[in-house]
Amino acid sequence: MSSTPTTTGSSPLARAAAIAAAFAIVGGVIVVPLASVFFEALAEGPAAWWRAIAHDPDTRHAIWLSLTVAPVAVAFNTVFGVAAAWLVARFRFPGRSLLISFFDVPFAVSPVVAGLAIVLIFGRQGLLGPTLEWLSLKVIFSWPGLVLATTFVTLPLVVRELIPVMEAIGPEEELAAVSLGAGGWQVFWRVTLPNIRWALLHGIVLANARAMGEFGAVYVVSGHIAGATDTMPLRVEKLFQEYRTPASMAVASVLASIALVTLIVKFVIERRIEAEFHEREGLAPPADSPAVASLAIASPKEAVA
Amino acid sequence: MSLSVRGITKSFGSFKALDRVSLDVPEGTLLALLGPSGSGKTTLLRIIAGLESADAGMITENGEDVTDLHARRRGVGFVFQHYALFRHMSVFENIAFGLRVRKEPEAAIRERVNELLHLVRLDGLGGRKPSQLSGGQRQRVALARALAIRPKMLLLDEPFGALDAKVRVELRQWLRRLHDEIGMTSIFVTHDQEEAFELADRVVVMNHGKIEQHGSPEEVFDRPATPFVIDFLGQVNVFHGRVEGGRAFWHGIPIDFPEYPHAQSREAKVYLRPHELDIDRPGIPGQETRSLPASVLRVTPGGAVTRVACRTAAGGEELYVDVPTDKARGLALLPGERVAITPRKARVFLPGPEYVI
Amino acid sequence: MTPESAISIPLDGIRLDNELSLDESLSGLPARRRRAEVLPGFGVSGAITGLVVTALVILPLAVLVLRAASLGPAGFVAAAWTPRARAAYAVSLGASVAAAAISSTLGLVVAWVLARINFPGRRLLDSLVDVPLALPTAVAGLVYSTLYVEKGWLGRYLVPLGFQGAYSRAGIVLVLVFVSLPFAVRVVQPVIESLDRDTEEAARILGASRLQTFFKVVLPAILPAVLTGFALALARSLGEYGSVVFISGNMPFKTEIAPVLIVSRLEEFAYAEATAIAVVLLLLSIGLLVVVNVLQQRVARAAQ
Repeated sequence: MSSTPTTTGSSPLARAAAIAAAFAIVGGVIVVPLASVFFEALAEGPAAWWRAIAHDPDTRHAIWLSLTVAPVAVAFNTVFGVAAAWLVARFRFPGRSLLISFFDVPFAVSPVVAGLAIVLIFGRQGLLGPTLEWLSLKVIFSWPGLVLATTFVTLPLVVRELIPVMEAIGPEEELAAVSLGAGGWQVFWRVTLPNIRWALLHGIVLANARAMGEFGAVYVVSGHIAGATDTMPLRVEKLFQEYRTPASMAVASVLASIALVTLIVKFVIERRIEAEFHEREGLAPPADSPAVASLAIASPKEAVA
Repeated sequence: MSLSVRGITKSFGSFKALDRVSLDVPEGTLLALLGPSGSGKTTLLRIIAGLESADAGMITENGEDVTDLHARRRGVGFVFQHYALFRHMSVFENIAFGLRVRKEPEAAIRERVNELLHLVRLDGLGGRKPSQLSGGQRQRVALARALAIRPKMLLLDEPFGALDAKVRVELRQWLRRLHDEIGMTSIFVTHDQEEAFELADRVVVMNHGKIEQHGSPEEVFDRPATPFVIDFLGQVNVFHGRVEGGRAFWHGIPIDFPEYPHAQSREAKVYLRPHELDIDRPGIPGQETRSLPASVLRVTPGGAVTRVACRTAAGGEELYVDVPTDKARGLALLPGERVAITPRKARVFLPGPEYVI
Repeated sequence: MTPESAISIPLDGIRLDNELSLDESLSGLPARRRRAEVLPGFGVSGAITGLVVTALVILPLAVLVLRAASLGPAGFVAAAWTPRARAAYAVSLGASVAAAAISSTLGLVVAWVLARINFPGRRLLDSLVDVPLALPTAVAGLVYSTLYVEKGWLGRYLVPLGFQGAYSRAGIVLVLVFVSLPFAVRVVQPVIESLDRDTEEAARILGASRLQTFFKVVLPAILPAVLTGFALALARSLGEYGSVVFISGNMPFKTEIAPVLIVSRLEEFAYAEATAIAVVLLLLSIGLLVVVNVLQQRVARAAQ
């Protein structure tokens, strides 16, 4: 999303060295490991890869579980993110900045700690344990626990995406809609949502990637039961512990593919956002937007966990 | 529709944006809220529209209390300073918005929008996006959108602020004609006194959250009620003087000031507008009792008037005189020449609590 | 309370609220002056946000802290300060600080190149920096551990040289660098982009050398951002579990990090100890969050 720089006046040699260094860093730290996932996964041929993915019932279950838990968590986060961003970007009230810093807590807290906290509330010996048992509801070591843990971990992603966008757009269009007689939902569906749709999608894509890949918090609340509460990342770990590295790599390659698709979609969305931003620049001078509240943590682009 | 504002007060934190403002706007008036930035004019407009809530006071429309009526139900057309067009909607959909949310039938919407597109001279541009329009076109879309809901009143926030000078003048005249055609009560906010005087039937001058003066453009211009108003309405020469016995004195030249009949002499400020001063060569008989000797500093030629900067012989104060260019040509003044300056009119204000400009 | 009910209540709230927003709900009130919001949805969005933040952030953390507090001061210290726990803190902190330092340094180079030089492949490089954000940490851990074992892609060259990348503290640092590099890059990059290049040129004209210009003019300007990147990388590294668990070997006193110790205590049903260690980790993270906040405000102020 960065703007294209104009090349500095430093010597071509120094520039080449700097570019080489940047490629070496990104290559060594990121590209080599990423490439090796696919090489290792396909080391024994596509047939072996397919067997590892499709013929192991526990792996199949893990894929299915990941594909159901992540969307539910992302859906919760979408509703929360839109509501919280609307609240914080459109209203001023006491405790507002404290609330904004609460949004960042899941970024800072270790997922393992978050998982433990959820166990302490919903576990057998937890705060609500007896109540849940009486209701014969199961949260820990079961699907709701996974959703809860995943929602916690991805909580900041959508809201952090939306706040700066809504602050930058400002409330004038929504006020115009109200003065033209629009009700709450009409303002939201017809004016707000179309304006934030790309940022919202961006947040959803990132939240989904994080939800698919979450390990620590899910590890703690799931009990790690193969064929029952193992998600894809947990399955990767279990296969690895069972010394079935090729199978583990096969599952990892699926996750890595999802990550790559995510990045491509993210790239496309960012181009859209850029285009709309320039359109907006043309519409109203930047001075038009109200004072943007200082964000508690780095802007979402920076602080994506 | 007639509008009445009573005792409206509004603070933002410790900043008092409006302080017990009262105002009556008769049916069909085109009224300008004129003032510098921070004077509270935009806040007042937004409170009238229901876009901002007042801390105290009352607003009535045709005698009906609407203070607590939500903006959604005010039925007021509002044109935002930067238009606030719905950026993702076409021009047509922008104008149709207020009708769509009222769930009017499609055919009626189509007819009304086309009628408005014609009114604002944007026929054929209904399919464009706001980003594809010029500033003046956007402004007219905003106007059409506000008019679409057949508002009882039209409110415009700095309607020409974001336009370049030529478009601004054109749109101004067009808006005046439009107002004369539809005759709707309209209020607009501006910091440009020329705009206010050219366009409005009534001008309200605001400063520091209060109304300084309210009247017709002539009244406000000819009889400024406060030092702030005269100062705000264009360049003016300000001097220290004295008042006593119904007269004020500027360097010994008497000026009628019946507001102060007392015998005791008091300090006052004398305001002399550049175009209300006469300039002549010295030596005209009787001049010495009415005129002040001065020397020419600079002559700045203009269109209809030539501005002459002078320095008074007594006190060495600088002042400006606007001379009709024809007369200035005849005088052919040069820097350093001695002249006599005669005030035709002057305004005197006694120092008071509201004295600070 | 099940998680479904915890989150579906506000959804119902939306449906009930519908288009009747503040004005209807308040129109019955006496004509006393009120601070009415013109924009709709204050109540609904406030209810959803309040509920989610309370249920998902405040309540769990409060329960955690209360659980730890119920141990009493002596009990807490006994649980949180065992020799094994102290060793785990040391490994966690040491590896995280090292990783954050490396990430900040490498990240500065990458950010500088991305922000200042235009070259073919710049956009690709820019996108690749985001990979660790999207790639599940378990995959990173798995890959890193196989890369650096004796027969791995990199291990076959590095192990003979005496560099043990897998099942060692070095391995923990390596994978944490992977996980935290994007933070270091992304916080610094926009700040470099916004730097006023005239100042640098002025410094050069005034006779400063390239290095002097960097240390006297550029570094002070980007230092808050670099420190923010460091703090974010540190926070991320301290909490990281998924990738480290693969590569570290998890040997107590040697390569066991605090989150791993929490999990193993939990698996032994030693809730008290797990909670105590978690609270120590939590306080560290919250402390870092505050530091990041303060730094971020300085970055914002510097940008103005």
